[in-house]
This record gives sequence, C-alpha cells and structure tokens, in this order.
Amino acid sequence: MAEKFDAIIVGAGPAGNAAAYTLAKAGLKVLQLERGESPGTKNVQGAILYSDALEKIIPDFREDAPLERHLIEQRMWVLSDDSHIGTHYRSDDFNKEPYNRYTIIRAQFDKWFSSKVRQAGALVICETTVLDLVKDDDCVVGVRTDREGGFIYADVVILADGVNSLLAKKAGFHLEIDPKDVALAVKEIHFLPQETIESRFNISGDEGVVIEMVGKITQGMVGTGFLYTNKESLTIGVGCMLSDFKQQKISPYALLEQMKEHPSIKPLLANSEMKEYTAHLIPEGGYNAMPKIYGAGWMIVGDAGMFVNAVHREGSNLAMTTGRIAAETVIELAAQNKPMTAANLALYRKSLDETFVMKDMKKYKKMPEILHKNPHFFTAYPELLNRAAHTMLKVDGVDKKSKEKEIRQSFVGKRSLFGLLGDAFKLWRAFE
Amino acid sequence: MHIVVCIKQVPDSSQIRVHPVTNTIMRQGVPAIINPYDLLALEEALRLKDCIAGTTVTVLTMGPPQAEDALRKALSFGADHAILVTDRAFAGADTLATSYAIAAAIRQIEKKEPVDLVFAGKQTIDGDTAQVGPGVAKRLNLNLLTYVSKIASLDLDKREIIIHRRAEGGVQVIQTQIPCLITMLEGSNEMRFASMDNMFRAARHPLQIWNKDAAGIEDPAKIGLKGSPTVVSKVFAPHAKTIKAEQIDVERKTSKEIATAMLSKLFREHPKLHAEIAKLAG
Amino acid sequence: MSEQNQSIPPVKKAAGRKKVELDPRLIAYKGVWVFIEHERGEVHSVSWELLGEGRKLADMLGVELAGVVMAAPGESGARFCQEAGFYGADLCYLIEDPVLSDYRNEPFTKGLTDLVNQYQPEILLLGATTLGRDLAGSVATTLQTGLTADCTGLTIDPENRSLAATRPTFGGSLLCTILTLNYRPQMATVRPRVMPTPIPAPDTHRTMRIIPHTLGMVETDIISKVLQFIPDNTQNKAQLPFADIIVAGGRGLKNADNFKLVWNLAKVLGAEVGASRPVVQAGWVDTDRQVGQSGKTVRPKLYIAAGISGAVQHRVGMEDSDVIIAINNDPNAPIFDFATYGIVGNAMQILPALTEAFRQNLAAARLAS
Ligand SMILES: Cc1cc2nc3c(=O)[nH]c(=O)nc-3n(C[C@H](O)[C@H](O)[C@H](O)COP(=O)(O)OP(=O)(O)OC[C@H]3O[C@@H](n4cnc5c(N)ncnc54)[C@H](O)[C@@H]3O)c2cc1C
Ligand SMILES: Cc1cc2nc3c(=O)[nH]c(=O)nc-3n(C[C@H](O)[C@H](O)[C@H](O)COP(=O)(O)OP(=O)(O)OC[C@H]3O[C@@H](n4cnc5c(N)ncnc54)[C@H](O)[C@@H]3O)c2cc1C
Ligand SMILES: Nc1ncnc2c1ncn2[C@@H]1O[C@H](COP(=O)(O)O)[C@@H](O)[C@H]1O
Repeated sequence: MAEKFDAIIVGAGPAGNAAAYTLAKAGLKVLQLERGESPGTKNVQGAILYSDALEKIIPDFREDAPLERHLIEQRMWVLSDDSHIGTHYRSDDFNKEPYNRYTIIRAQFDKWFSSKVRQAGALVICETTVLDLVKDDDCVVGVRTDREGGFIYADVVILADGVNSLLAKKAGFHLEIDPKDVALAVKEIHFLPQETIESRFNISGDEGVVIEMVGKITQGMVGTGFLYTNKESLTIGVGCMLSDFKQQKISPYALLEQMKEHPSIKPLLANSEMKEYTAHLIPEGGYNAMPKIYGAGWMIVGDAGMFVNAVHREGSNLAMTTGRIAAETVIELAAQNKPMTAANLALYRKSLDETFVMKDMKKYKKMPEILHKNPHFFTAYPELLNRAAHTMLKVDGVDKKSKEKEIRQSFVGKRSLFGLLGDAFKLWRAFE
Repeated sequence: MHIVVCIKQVPDSSQIRVHPVTNTIMRQGVPAIINPYDLLALEEALRLKDCIAGTTVTVLTMGPPQAEDALRKALSFGADHAILVTDRAFAGADTLATSYAIAAAIRQIEKKEPVDLVFAGKQTIDGDTAQVGPGVAKRLNLNLLTYVSKIASLDLDKREIIIHRRAEGGVQVIQTQIPCLITMLEGSNEMRFASMDNMFRAARHPLQIWNKDAAGIEDPAKIGLKGSPTVVSKVFAPHAKTIKAEQIDVERKTSKEIATAMLSKLFREHPKLHAEIAKLAG
Repeated sequence: MSEQNQSIPPVKKAAGRKKVELDPRLIAYKGVWVFIEHERGEVHSVSWELLGEGRKLADMLGVELAGVVMAAPGESGARFCQEAGFYGADLCYLIEDPVLSDYRNEPFTKGLTDLVNQYQPEILLLGATTLGRDLAGSVATTLQTGLTADCTGLTIDPENRSLAATRPTFGGSLLCTILTLNYRPQMATVRPRVMPTPIPAPDTHRTMRIIPHTLGMVETDIISKVLQFIPDNTQNKAQLPFADIIVAGGRGLKNADNFKLVWNLAKVLGAEVGASRPVVQAGWVDTDRQVGQSGKTVRPKLYIAAGISGAVQHRVGMEDSDVIIAINNDPNAPIFDFATYGIVGNAMQILPALTEAFRQNLAAARLAS
C-alpha cells in the first residue's frame, strides 16, 4: 500500500533539512528522502555557516551543533604568480557571543541537522533515490523511488536535491544547466594539530580565520580560492566556472595542486596531511539563470533553485532560508485548508521576495555576465596590483615619484585608460 | 525457527585515516557502516527465513547509541526484531568481555523465544579478530561452525544441519546439531536491496535498548575494560619508514628504453635476483 | 546453554603499562607453546614460523619451548614432534586419538584446554589460519584469558616479562601492541608468512622429549561429524604465499584481456600471479590470488605491481617483499610511497616491454652459461 504524506522533501542538505524540520515541528506528516548513505556521508567539506539563517529555524543550535571555529578574521588576497596583496579585517566584535559565522564540517553538520529533523518527527529515509515525480495531469502528487514498491504520495513535494536538480530537469521545470552558470569547486581537508593552526593563524580557543583569494591562482578563469580554519584541519579549495574549465582544458585537480604550491599559501599547509579531495558544483548563474521555483504540487529550494550568492560565497544560508519559507508556505496553506495549487504556492515566491535571498539575488544579477566578459579581473589586475606594491616597497634608490609614474604606466600599458574606467564602472554597476 | 544475528557497527576502514601527530584514528567524517562480513551473515539468515515459514530473525548489537543506525538498516533488509545493548560500562571491552556481554544478551533473548541459530560475521573490519563468534559459541555451549561457505541442509525435525566449511587446503562438509553458531565466509552471498515498505518499517520500528542490567549481566567485573585481559599498550602508524620509490626516468623514453633501464638497475642493485629468476624461468 | 569456566579468575585489574606484579597463582605458568597445525600429512608452514619466533621468546624468558601436536593414530604425530625439534622445540606434548582425525572444534578445544590447565604454559601461540582462529577463540574463552588475533610481531615486554603482541587494526591503517598482563596463558594467533621460516637443524644432539597425553573423549561425545573433505585441487592452485617472484595486477589494467599481460610477464619469469581485490571481485582471476588484508600475505624476493594503487589493505599483504617494482600512471599513487622502484607510465605498454626485456636478458644468460 502506497503511503501518503502531507509533504515529501527530496534531499537532506541544508535546504531539505530546513524544510523538513520546519514542517515536522508544525506537526505535519513529513517524509524526507535522501540518496546518500546518511545525510552528509559523502560530504567531507568544510564550509562556513551563517548563524542568522539557522537561528531562525533552530534558535538554540549552538548548544549541540558540531561547530568548528567562529570567524574573527577575514582576509582577502589578490595573488600574482609569486606574491599577494591583501586586506585583513579582524574585529573583536566577532569575538562576542552570539557568534555570527562559524566554520563547520558539512558531514557532521548535516548529520546533526538530520537528527534534529528526526526528533521533530519527520520520517527520514536514506539510501533511497527519487527517480521521478509522479504527476496527475499537471499536478505533482508524489514521487517514485528506486526501491521496490517505490511510489509514495504527498500533497506537496519540495525539491531540495541540490545543484543540477535532475528531478526538476526530468519534470521539465528547467532546462539542462548551462556550464557557464555553474562553478566547479574542488577542495581538500588538511589535518594539522590544533596548536599549529592556532599559531600559524594567530588565533586561540575557538577563533577562526577565512582567506578569500582571487588572481592568478585561477589561471585566467573566472573563479576564487579559499582557505578556512577548522578545529584540527584546514579546508582549502578553488572554484571556477565549468565553462572555463572546459575551454581551458585545465583539470581542477591540477589547479588546486598548483594553488597549494603558491609561496603565500604553501607555508600555511606545511606538514599537514591531506584527508580528502572532493569536487562539487556550485550554481552561480544568479538571478537570471533561476528556474521556475514552484508549480502545482511542488516547490524548489536551495541549490536546486540556483539560490547562491557567488560574490559573497553564501549558499547554505540561502538554502536554509528558502527551505524554511517553502515549509512555512505549506504550513500556512494547510492551516487554511487550501490545496497546493500553483496559484496558492505563489505565496512562496512572494514571501521570498521580501527576504535578503531575493534581494541579494537581484542585486548581483549582472555579476556573472560581467565577470565572464572580463577575464582580466583574474589575471592582469592581480599582476598589476602586486607589481605596484612591489615597486613601492622595494627600496632601490629610485625616487617615489618615478615609482608612482612607473606604476601608472604599467596599469595603462596593460589596459587602456578607458578600459580601466570601464572596468571600474562595470564593477560598480554590478555591486550597485 | 528463531535466528539471532550479531552485527557490529564499524567505521568504514577503507576511509579511515590516522592522525599524523597523535596516531589516533580520525573517525571524523568516516562513515559508520555495518561490518560487511555481518551483512553476509544477516543475508544468510534472511534466506533461511525466506524458505522456512515461521522463522524470525533478531539482530543484536552491542555498541554506542549511534549503533541504532546499523540496527535500522538490518531491519530494512527484513530482520524482525532489533536489540541494542548499550551501556557506558561496556566501553573498552576486548573480545573476551564482548563475548561475555553478547552471550548474556542472547540468554535474555532466549527467555522470550528459544534460539536455534546464531550468526556472526567472520570477523570485523575494525578489530579484525574473528574471536567474538567462537567466544559466544563457547559461552553458550553452541556448536561452533566458522568460515562457512554454504548451508547445505537444515532439518528442523532432526535438528540437524550440514554445512560446508573452509579449512586449510580444502572444504570440510560438517554435520552437527542445532543450536549452533555460524560465521559466514565472504563470497557466499550478496545483500539484498530493501523494498520501500521495509524501509518504512525499519524507520518506524521500536528498538529494544538494553543497559547492562536488562542484558542480564551477572558479573559486572567481566564486562568493559575491567573484564578485558588484553591491554593496548601502544598504538602507532605502521608506515613510519616511508621510503619514496626510486623513479625510473621516463621522460621522452620509449617503453622499451624504460624496460631496459629498469632491468639494468634491478640487476645491478640486486645481483642475486638475476640467478634467482634464471633458475625459476628454467 | 551454560557457561563454562575452568580457569583461575583474574586477581587484579590490568593497569596500562605500569609494572604489574603477577598474581602468585600465575607465576607457576612457565614456558612457550606452539600449536603444531597439520593437514593431510603435512605441517602447516606457519607452525614452523612460530617455532622460530617461539624460540626467541623462550630464550628471552629463559624457559623451554614446547610444541603441541594433536593427531589421530597413524597421522605421524610422533614425526611431527621430531620435526618440531629440528625447528627449535625442546619438547612436545602429543595427544593421539582417533577422534582427532579431522579438525573439529570440540575435541581440539578440549585437548588443548586440558593440556594448558595441566602443564600451565605462559605463552600459547597458534597460526592465524582458519583452524587456528577457530580453535584459539574457543580455547581462550574456555580458559578465560586474553587472546591477541592475527599478530605480525611478537616480543617480550621487559618490564612485565609479558608477551607484547603487535597486530594491525582498522584494516592495517594502524598497528597496536597488546599485552595480557594478569592472565595466563597469554595467547596469540600469528599471521602466516610474516615471520621467517627457521632453517631446520635435523642433526641436533638435543633429544626431543615427547610427553604423551590422553584426550579422554570418545566419538559419541562429539556432536559434529565431518562427512567429507573436499581437497582444493592443488594442480592449478596458486601457491602465492611461497612464491619468490610475483607479478600482480590491479584495477588499472581496466579489463580481463589486459590482465593477460600480467600472465605473460609471469610466465617469462616463472613467477606467480597476484591481484588486488577489485580484480578478484571482477572475476578476472581466482580468489586465492588476492594479495592483502583479506587475501594472502606474501613476501617474495621480487613483487611487480602493475596498475595497483597501493591502498593500505593491499600494502599490508606485500610490503615485506624484498624488491617492489610499481608501474602506475599516476605519479601520486600511494604505491610509490613504499615501492623500491617506480615507473610512471601506462602498464599496458610497460608490461609487454618488460616481458620482452626479461625474455631477451634471460635468453642471453642461458646462452652465456
Ligand atoms: C566547495 C564548496 C564550498 C562552499 N562553501 C560554502 C560556504 O562556505 N558557505 C555557504 O553558505 N555555502 C557554501 N557552499 C554552497 C553550499 O554548500 C550549498 O549552497 C548548499 O549545500 C545547498 O544546500 P542544498 O540543500 O540545496 O543542496 P545539497 O547540500 O547539495 O543537498 C542536496 C541533497 O539532495 C540529495 N539528492 C540529490 N538528488 C536526490 C534524489 N534524486 N533523491 C534523493 N536525494 C537526492 C543529495 O544526496 C544531497 O544530500 C559551498 C559549496 C561548495 C561546492
Ligand atoms: C575490509 C577490506 C578489506 C580489503 N582487503 C583487500 C585485500 O586483501 N587486497 C586488496 O588488494 N585490497 C583490499 N581491499 C581494497 C582496497 O581498499 C583497495 O580498494 C584496493 O586494493 C584497490 O585496488 P587497485 O589498486 O587494483 O585499484 P585502484 O585503487 O582503483 O587503483 C588502480 C590504480 O591503477 C592506476 N592506473 C590506471 N590506469 C593505469 C594504466 N593504464 N597504467 C598503469 N596504472 C594505471 C591508477 O592510477 C590507480 O593507482 C580491502 C578493502 C576493505 C574495506
Ligand atoms: N559489539 C558487538 N556487537 C554484536 N556483535 C559483535 C560485536 N563485536 C563483534 N561481534 C560479532 O562477532 C564477529 C567477529 O568480531 P571480531 O571478533 O571483533 O572480529 C562480528 O562479525 C560480529 O558478528
């Protein structure tokens, strides 16, 4: 006998967990399906957790969530081939509770989040892949899994199956994802004793540091690198647009290997032991690449809906927020005994528009295009900035005024004055 | 018929890493799985259940509360009941103390329904000892059948079982009486894929969780660290003396040149090998 | 179902690495014993390896080394005892009884347990074979003592005068050394082919003492019956553990067809063929050719590994080879961390080239001689 639920959630990442938790907490009959062995099993990535989005779902998450370090310092590096110029922002304010951002290990975090989902009363079933959405006319009425007797029905299905949602594609909710709309990120976890990490990064206790990097490390491709401190390990990675990888024929692995050899990065990793190498897609197409996010009997949340702010490397918070709001939509409609029609579920989109999620998505909607058209942001500028710093800092008998002139010329030589002005304008427009 | 299957939750040893400094196992992010050999045992039990009407299968594990996941998984494959024996007092148990606790728990199970067969894995992939199975059999006075590759016949009326057992240099065909304890050899079967209904049943099934009293432990001095004669005195990484292989230069060389370079190096540095190979090659 | 408990209960809590005063009742336990395993008229080589190792332990402790032989009359038990002497044993305990004609857990457990209780050895070693592990597990439980499984190293901890048994755990990712402080005997099973086989010394003037013992069991006491023994057909079976040269292939060879390149090289070298687990699982070769943690431990003079990554479970089975040549197209493959020589390249090309080079070299050598 096929079971029927109030809601089925596909996927147990941050988006799916947020949705399942919120629904179950409200007393709905919830089924969550995850294809992995357990939530987050294959997911050994370190990442940054933004407290705000989670607080709105589990206010006291700090009591038992597996958190690594709270961030007190952000570094931004612009790298040339053998140097970097950058900023540090370190604030004691970030050392005041409640902390704002944490590093986490996703495998552990997802497992914890999932245990909360179960405690809230949802039925969580792993190692089960949803193959298809079951439709009655145009309305989604359930799912079909890969197991014998795999049809399960629900009033609404929430797709939280991550980037490149095969289900949404199969159901015709969006087209094949465009390689220029996704970044391929690779990362590794490197183990180091806690004391080494603390002395290398000038931190103590649970304090942590993030380094964001742009420049020659991406070898001319649109992308960024990053390094986070966990309790006993460092997460290092780099991500570039999939289209660029395809075009440049650089393997992501080789890219990361070279990045680790950069003289500014290498000493930070010295004597560490690499634990795991993972690659994952990040949907970075932004607002313009978003699919339709709801319809009769279904909603899309998280990465599956392109909800990522690539500029600020925010994803999980958008995932959790969209998951929560989708759930709240269902709760509200159910309370009023309204069916999950497309017209009614439009409330999901409307509520989202009021949050930072949609506002940020819209704000940066031009960003992907500008970066794509201006690869010199990742090559020429880092080189020029670093050379400028080098010229000014090296004491070699040349007067400072001449040095300034040399720097100016080097910039204009690489890129016309108009080009420089144009770039500034484009970036300003993108951030506007 | 009533079958008890002993399973253990273990870290997936193919993904395990050793902390480079402290030499401790880093379980972080390493998935916990049912010991693969125990799955063979469970599958064999389920096959018996498939062909003998009225058979119930109880899975039993001793471990931390998280071992619940292993039991639920076993239930999803079709086991009928699941018992988790968990208590801080069991921590640090070696195989002697483990078999004591498991034997006690099986006696408790027997109070409800007599046990005809006990299955255990050939060995675990974390401890690798292959001792708990024989230990439990001894304590319960069960006929012990290790390294079983096949159950050839089972006659419940005569209470007689015939199995094939891997021995050094051949296979023994053994006949014995039930109740007995069987450990299954790898390659004997493969785990089934659970149906959706069984997944639901497993997720909702109430587990029996037993502390040391519920498990019928009579002598607390025999469990956990206290009851363990063996003491781990040192743990260390095996491969401290990593010597990087001397690479044969392959730059712009043909395979033939590489092979020639390899041979001359090999025979120059290990002259005795040459005679050895010549002898073998005849 | 009742519990059997025949031994002395523990007297004091074992206490880490600290010096432990042995309970007076346990001081009586003296001597090192090795269980001599035999099958179809031949002693398993692990028993000789253990006598070699046991000799060292006995000398360190200044005690005698004894073999234990259990056999049916007519199974040359006395000869096995004699041979044990050649390999270093001072004496042998011999139980001969018709019920011992095939290995069965019940009579062997009874026999060995009785011997231990009567003669009280401090150390009892068995091979980590299917027989040894079956028997050791039930004997240790009956005696209520500690048993360390599948060891790869044995020595004496000078502080406590106790057996320090080293063994891999977590699939070989770690080694640990285990002591059995306040229980006797200290038992261990030892992995075959890890310890060197001692050279037998038949002309020893030492006289071997044989101490006969009776089993005190009749066939009707024993529930299990061996109906049949189906010997492995030995012609085609790999003798991997004893091979001097092994050519092994892994998943990197991609398919069964390419795996023939391994056989070709082995043929030229007169070598055995080994494989990693995925190769066995894919059915390209028989199970008994698997090298590694769940396969065979080998220690040839030359091990050629083609398309094998060198995962720890494979490594533990072959890292003691004298010379290891690794062929792998990934310069970062872990196998290069412990091979003697590395060739970064495509095995499908390197293997035939090596085969040809060896063929020519050997042909030239034959001509010269
Ligand atoms: C290298 C990297 C670094 C990042 N760093 C950060 C960071 O620091 N901070 C941040 O906020 N964000 C970061 N992100 C983004 C963030 O990880 C994602 O935005 C977030 O995980 C999205 O959550 P989700 O629940 O939508 O999808 P996912 O986490 O991808 O979860 C989807 C789940 O659905 C399951 N699933 C898929 N298909 C099916 C199916 N058919 N049936 C059943 N189950 C299915 C999958 O197994 C998976 O568990 C990073 C991403 C990457 C790749
Ligand atoms: C409990 C347990 C027990 C195990 N027991 C064993 C055991 O006893 N024995 C065992 O072997 N494994 C065992 N394993 C499995 C082990 O973990 C590894 O998975 C296995 O050893 C890998 O085999 P492989 O090197 O052939 O394959 P892979 O790891 O896939 O490696 C293939 C290698 O070939 C290389 N390659 C690819 N193409 C080419 C080419 N054209 N030319 C040259 N090189 C190429 C690749 O770079 C790679 O390094 C066990 C695992 C577990 C969990
Ligand atoms: N904690 C445990 N709980 C239940 N069964 C166990 C436990 N430990 C070991 N076993 C069983 O004993 C077998 C052999 O384990 P080991 O002696 O640790 O290699 C396993 O395959 C299990 O079937």
